[in-house]
Amino acid sequence: MIWLELFLTFLKIGAFTFGGGYAMLPLIQSEVERHGWLTQAEVVDFIAVSESTPGPLAINMATFIGIRTGGIFGAVCATFGVVLPSFVVILIVAKFYEKFRKSRVVDGVMFGLRPAVIGLIGAAFLSVGMTVFFPNGLKSAVFSNAGLWTSLGIFTAGAVLAFRKVHPIVIIAVSAVMGIAAGYAMEL
Amino acid sequence: MNKVIDLFVTFLKIGAFTFGGGYAMIPLIQREVCENKKWLNDDDILEIVAIAESTPGPVAINAATFVGSRTAGTVGAVCATLGVVLPSFLIISVISYVLRAFQESRAVQYAFMGIRAGVLALILKAVYTMFRSAKKHGVSYFIMAAALVLTALLKTDAVFVIIGCGTFGLVWSLIFGKKGEG
Repeated sequence: MIWLELFLTFLKIGAFTFGGGYAMLPLIQSEVERHGWLTQAEVVDFIAVSESTPGPLAINMATFIGIRTGGIFGAVCATFGVVLPSFVVILIVAKFYEKFRKSRVVDGVMFGLRPAVIGLIGAAFLSVGMTVFFPNGLKSAVFSNAGLWTSLGIFTAGAVLAFRKVHPIVIIAVSAVMGIAAGYAMEL
Repeated sequence: MNKVIDLFVTFLKIGAFTFGGGYAMIPLIQREVCENKKWLNDDDILEIVAIAESTPGPVAINAATFVGSRTAGTVGAVCATLGVVLPSFLIISVISYVLRAFQESRAVQYAFMGIRAGVLALILKAVYTMFRSAKKHGVSYFIMAAALVLTALLKTDAVFVIIGCGTFGLVWSLIFGKKGEG
């Protein structure tokens, strides 16, 4: 049953993600939360793992969540689900290519979807931000500020590096080192 | 038959050596598929990018399926897609066990505390880059804001946001035509 659930959930994620990558985050976050498969913090952790390993985020996510919840066959079901919509649609489009490129309907839908995807990633930024800065909810955060300042510091450093076009893997490595240093420093 | 195996191996290589996936994969596909194998030309690659953007699913899968189908039909599409998925699948399977073994370690927990903040910076960069390249147009800003508010504040299911914005874009451009797209 979990296998069918994994397949259907990732089929939905595959069918409604345009542009791939971070665009699928809001969908993954809401589906994973609804099913109780991972915590929001685990989703964020896994984005980092996915950025530091080869392959597309969508496949990495599907495989990871699949294996966590349904073992290796769960991973197969989730990955198959996320791949299938793309695969079928592209097979059809490849046959009717000219019509597809000139279609006013496709043009019109994309006119709405392109900015929508930016809004969706913006929403993912906000919800990941809540997880990062206020892991225990807003109230507790006001006074437990060592962790908050650490996160703010690492985020600022990461943003500076990212806007200087430093490779994501380097940014993740630097953040990990800063996190370890700050963690042990807080114990002193 | 050889071509089909060749497709599988080529996309296995592409899948194993692209970090970040999606658009990071396009230059690699171009080198392998156009320059080395001469299956497609550079114009085809531009078409693939345009199609991948306007069809659902990960860009990497869209590109692999398209190249496979153009080069060797449906069987080719299956092999290319399988090839591009396989490295990810195997690597993540191994990593998920390794992570589970180390997740109790204090150093790993601290590392992830730092990494989460780093990932947030990466997402900010992604939004900024997309925002910069978006159409500078009132309707486009309106849709962005609507999608953001609906998802972040009103907790609307992303599926409905996608369907809603796609329908809105279609209706708008059918009524106002190219004018509306500025």
